[in-house]
Amino acid sequence: MAEIKLPAMSPTMEEGTLAKWLVKEGDTVKPGDVLAEIETDKATMELEADDGGVVQKLHVEAGSEGVKVGTLIATIAGEDDEPAPPVEKAGVEKTVSKPEATPEPAASPEQAQAVTAAAPPSADPKAPPKVSPLVPEDGVPDTGAADGPTKRQTVREALRDAMAEEMRSTPEVFVMGEEVAEYQGAYKVTQGLLEEFGPQRVVDTPITEYGFAGLGTGAAMAGLRPIVEFMTFNFAMQAIDHIINSAAKTNYMSGGQMRCPIVFRGPNGAASRVAAQHSQNYGPWYASVPGLIVIAPYSAADAKGLLKAAIRCPDPVVFLENELLYGQSFDVPEGDDVVVPIGKARVARDGKDVTLVSYSIGVGVALDAAKALAEEGIEAEIVDLRTLRPLDTATVLASLKKTNRMVVVEEGWPTCSISSEIIAVAMEQGFDDLDAPVLRVTNVDVPLPYAANLEKLALLKVEDVVTAAKKVCYK
Amino acid sequence: MARTVTKMAATASNPVPEHNWPRPDEPVRHKPSKEELLGFYRDMLLIRRFEERAGQLYGMGMIGGFCHLYIGQEAVVVGIQAALEKTDSVITGYRDHGHMLAAGIPANAVMAELTGRQAGISKGKGGSMHMFSVEHGFYGGHGIVAAQVPLGTGLAFAHKYRGDGGIAVTYFGDGASNQGQVYESFNMAELWKLPVIFVIENNQYAMGTSVNRSSAEDLLYRRGESFRVPGLQVDGMDVLAVRGAAQTAVEWVRAGKGPLLLELKTYRYRGHSMSDPAKYRSREEVQAMREKSDPIEQAKREIIEAGFGDEAALKAIDKEVRDIVTAAADFAEESPEPDPRELYTDVLVGKY
Repeated sequence: MAEIKLPAMSPTMEEGTLAKWLVKEGDTVKPGDVLAEIETDKATMELEADDGGVVQKLHVEAGSEGVKVGTLIATIAGEDDEPAPPVEKAGVEKTVSKPEATPEPAASPEQAQAVTAAAPPSADPKAPPKVSPLVPEDGVPDTGAADGPTKRQTVREALRDAMAEEMRSTPEVFVMGEEVAEYQGAYKVTQGLLEEFGPQRVVDTPITEYGFAGLGTGAAMAGLRPIVEFMTFNFAMQAIDHIINSAAKTNYMSGGQMRCPIVFRGPNGAASRVAAQHSQNYGPWYASVPGLIVIAPYSAADAKGLLKAAIRCPDPVVFLENELLYGQSFDVPEGDDVVVPIGKARVARDGKDVTLVSYSIGVGVALDAAKALAEEGIEAEIVDLRTLRPLDTATVLASLKKTNRMVVVEEGWPTCSISSEIIAVAMEQGFDDLDAPVLRVTNVDVPLPYAANLEKLALLKVEDVVTAAKKVCYK
Repeated sequence: MARTVTKMAATASNPVPEHNWPRPDEPVRHKPSKEELLGFYRDMLLIRRFEERAGQLYGMGMIGGFCHLYIGQEAVVVGIQAALEKTDSVITGYRDHGHMLAAGIPANAVMAELTGRQAGISKGKGGSMHMFSVEHGFYGGHGIVAAQVPLGTGLAFAHKYRGDGGIAVTYFGDGASNQGQVYESFNMAELWKLPVIFVIENNQYAMGTSVNRSSAEDLLYRRGESFRVPGLQVDGMDVLAVRGAAQTAVEWVRAGKGPLLLELKTYRYRGHSMSDPAKYRSREEVQAMREKSDPIEQAKREIIEAGFGDEAALKAIDKEVRDIVTAAADFAEESPEPDPRELYTDVLVGKY
């Protein structure tokens, strides 16, 4: 008797929709036969039988959404098995829409593995579940949303809406990259765009990063407004010459007569268990280059508002997303003209005792750390940089003036990092406000390892932020 | 200059691949009107004299950094530019002074850029290798070998996207033709039928490395075959052959048939850059090219043979060109350096 459970079909999959059964109870299947189509927020995939036998029971109805990874979905009797007694339908609710709240972060096997080792188990059932240090807790009070009506949206949906809205209003805007059109996006960020805008404006490229980054840059020089998607920024290293030498320097080298309004976007930073070549934060690399705008949002509201600003921007923009944030939900202002200004940081949490400066996924870590610190009587203020270049040093320094203590929280390497830069700014411009040396909490200074325990050790951790914050508070 | 290519005999087990992808007809050498031929002569001569003067200014320390002269290759850009329309776009690498003059950019603005002056076309912030004029459809002037190839393919993408009927001409050298991004561009250009002419200016030497020392397939016009980009080899020392081939290419590309590759066999008389001692070739080789194949001398002979002008008419052109170049050099020497405040301008367009 084989029990078929919903497998995790990608490293970050937590749940899926059982779109369609391709077998029915009583069918005989061979190894390799497709049993079902499973949709995740990223892709639709086929589930194949590992062993042959007779489908004895389908436990989950076709069309069920929000089926958690690990849920029993079918039972197949091997040829030698006795027929099993009927099994009750598993308690999977058929929901009409995507679940409002982000799924319990610790629900999936991968995430359970990633739970911070040092996090003490919580006895209080009301206490928030301890989460992977890199997966921010959902429902943070301040998501950067403006006053007015909001809707609950994932970062992925917010990014898609930003592109779609700008494409509707500006004919020169188009999106190109690998799998952006017919596949609907490797991470489904461009879902639906091909259908609405057609293949002329949603362009599937060959696997040719250097080439299409250059082609997009040339199109921008000619006055179009390309959005170039990299499947991940790791692959953009093949194209970095065009981002830096062709795009960033054009306006200066031409004495201001040739513009390059282009957006390079895609996921950046560590994903989950994809190891060294696919896990790197390029924020510091691009932020060191004059002529570029570099944006790394945390919330869905910022992702949308800043991507819209990036597309409208007359300068070349590197827009660093994060795969682990794509599925996270936030409040996003309603309306198709809500733009978040480039170059403005956001105070994501008010506090008086210590400033935590971060960006992208690190903001979630900082927010979790702030909660833990609050329990110990330390009120942390969190500055979400949002834009890495130009850096909003005024907001950082204002917060430092208020708290006199600072820790920089960065999912990335420590050396020559955004942390290094913030610390330099604090030394140069905020020295008199400092009551303690500024500390940084980052990933470990090694290539990201694959093994689950080593990966966990290498990545940014909430408890390290807590420790550092207490240290600068001399507690 | 050309080496003997030993071809492997085709055998039954190793046949020469046959294909019947569409190709343009063999180009026909252009038959110029009097005005055209005199114009080609003048434009080539302007580039020659301009570059000679640039070389002198470099020697005097007026021009710094890298400076790549176009002397010997003038027929290429003049012949091709003559086939283009105002709506078309041009892009090239760092050996770009001639392309700018051919695009109609004033010699003063180019020379003043070479001397790093405020009146230079990039306000003195680009220099020899980084000059642009969107107004003239000239998109640079790029210092990284072959970077202009995908960029030029992007210009073509923009023409097609807008449906404005324009085409893009993307110049690069034999050295650049070994860069991977060239082939990424060929692939996308053919896949999407982009209106781009890829022009390989094969001057035989990538800095100090001859084509046959660097290229497994040294018939560069065949380099597009794997991507079904048809290629034509053209005598790049004959402005009328170039003009004829450009006509064929422009018609092909403008008709929406996709990209076309032109290999222009040409020669540079000077070093790769001003600092090149040119030990990789003999003085005799250079001298032989100058004497037998010089594009300007060839045009001059044709003018006289066709009765389009006599020595006096040619002298008048020479004088006009010399006056332009002298004025440009004077302008470039006398113009002020950029205001120190220019250091911080044009980094970004927007205010953040």
